[in-house]
Amino acid sequence: MISREDVEHVARLARLALSDAEVERMREQLSGILAYIDTLRALDTAGVEPTSHAVPLVNVMRDDEPRPCLSQDEALANAPDRSDVFFRVPRIIED
Amino acid sequence: MAAADPVTIHELAAAFAKGAASPVAVTEAYLARIEARDARLGAYLTVTGDEARAAARTSEARHRAGRPLSPLDGAPIALKDVFCTRGVRTTCGSRILERYVPPYDATMVARLRAAGAVILGKTNMDEFAMGSSTEHSAFQLTRNPWDLARVPGGSSGGSAAAVAGGLAAGSFGTDTGGSVRQPAAFCGVVGFKPTYGRVSRYGLIAFASSLDHVAPFALDIHDTALLLGVVAGHDPLDATSVDAPVPDYVAALAEGVRGLRIGVPDEYFGEGLDAEIERAVRAAIDVLRGLGASVERVSLPTTSYGVATYYIVAPAEASSNLARYDGVKYGLRVPGKDLIDMVSRTRAAGFGAEVKRRVMLGTYALSTGYYDAYYGQAQKVRTLVRRDFERVFERVDVLAAPTTPGVAFRHGDKADPLAMYMNDVYTIPASMTGLPAISVPCGFNTGGLPIGLQLIGRTLDEATLLRAAHAYEQATPWHTRRPEFA
Repeated sequence: MISREDVEHVARLARLALSDAEVERMREQLSGILAYIDTLRALDTAGVEPTSHAVPLVNVMRDDEPRPCLSQDEALANAPDRSDVFFRVPRIIED
Repeated sequence: MAAADPVTIHELAAAFAKGAASPVAVTEAYLARIEARDARLGAYLTVTGDEARAAARTSEARHRAGRPLSPLDGAPIALKDVFCTRGVRTTCGSRILERYVPPYDATMVARLRAAGAVILGKTNMDEFAMGSSTEHSAFQLTRNPWDLARVPGGSSGGSAAAVAGGLAAGSFGTDTGGSVRQPAAFCGVVGFKPTYGRVSRYGLIAFASSLDHVAPFALDIHDTALLLGVVAGHDPLDATSVDAPVPDYVAALAEGVRGLRIGVPDEYFGEGLDAEIERAVRAAIDVLRGLGASVERVSLPTTSYGVATYYIVAPAEASSNLARYDGVKYGLRVPGKDLIDMVSRTRAAGFGAEVKRRVMLGTYALSTGYYDAYYGQAQKVRTLVRRDFERVFERVDVLAAPTTPGVAFRHGDKADPLAMYMNDVYTIPASMTGLPAISVPCGFNTGGLPIGLQLIGRTLDEATLLRAAHAYEQATPWHTRRPEFA
């Protein structure tokens, strides 16, 4: 069972502005889903290696050579706000 | 369309070669059908008529010169709106990407274009591919062509409905926990998730990176082999793509199943499986036995832990992948008093309820104090699931099972998130292990709704699965049935 405070904490981490009603609904639904997921704890996994990928993968390297890429205009074409060749964002640092 | 008109891609290719059909006329016919009927089906989010007509004209010129680029040259194809298409809006079913126009093509899109395929448009999906009914799309409902009151499955529901409903000759979706096989079963078409890494994911909008697969839908196995053959193969732009030769999948179809060892996992026929589905799947296994395959019971004891494991791993990876939607580089922005406020308001307005739920679940599972208990434990269980399959594949070549525990349900019937998740119980294990798995039509229930047979194979052994599926299909009438809607 998770609390309203847990939900609010996780929402802050996830950068989600939830309404009060959403926080309550999320608390109920996440509690239900987590109760089901907790069945996994019953499995003995001592000494079992974790699998992070479906197939074994090793690091893939390539030569560090310049290649054609998107132009600045193409890269900025979907920006909600831009200034010259920059993405523009609201204030980050307090005065 | 007259009964004798070609409908499959291989029939179209033969008709184009003989001059009995023209890519321009076929494309016009599909666009006209979409125009007339898709208001009822809701398969497409964007129809790219002008681009399709231009592609059809160049295809026609190649056919006239006797030089088609591939068996897909001129074939009308639909793409799930998760694949980036240069200059064509790509929404991923989300408000947050409602006006996103990618500046580049996904590798699989580029390969389809290079093969001469005609792209008709982009299909509806659950937002960010999270769902099993396509009801989580931010834009519209998609209906099942066999019963318009029911869901087409999901998350690739639009692509499945388009093929089943005669609004595309073939299509592509993505399968993360069953998102191609389940809608294929619900809509009575073929859906084939190849081995993890077999098809490049460059330009695919990411959901859960260790689980996402590109996968085709088709009316029959021959078309499935053609579609997979065009998009499969190593891509230097995707570091997770497998550098292995791609066999000629069509050539493999003729081999039949004599001597093939088929395993039937007990755990896929337990509590929760619809009785009519069990009967149809067991009858399908009898058909394979009759064609010369040997059949034996096997056990995959960790099956029941699949859904719980998946619903840690997938949301955890999603919470990380979706962190990029911050209102800065592309997509929706909602103003705020500072950067964090802007990002938080943008994501609150841009994501739907299911996406928020999974981002929250994933963030929780990865947060301090819970990582080992949830994500760490899930990764270990994933190893146990893999070992189960390794053990049975020492004895058998292919596993046969149902694709889903039930048939297509009615819109709104699975409002409880956990009930929706349980629908993926038979498709999740092959997702977590990256094993190739196909859903093939194997009959109908008494209500006339399609049923899917799932075949699961060894890593990179797509050819054996296609061969078994083809032998079954050719011995049964199911792939020739079309819904009244089509």
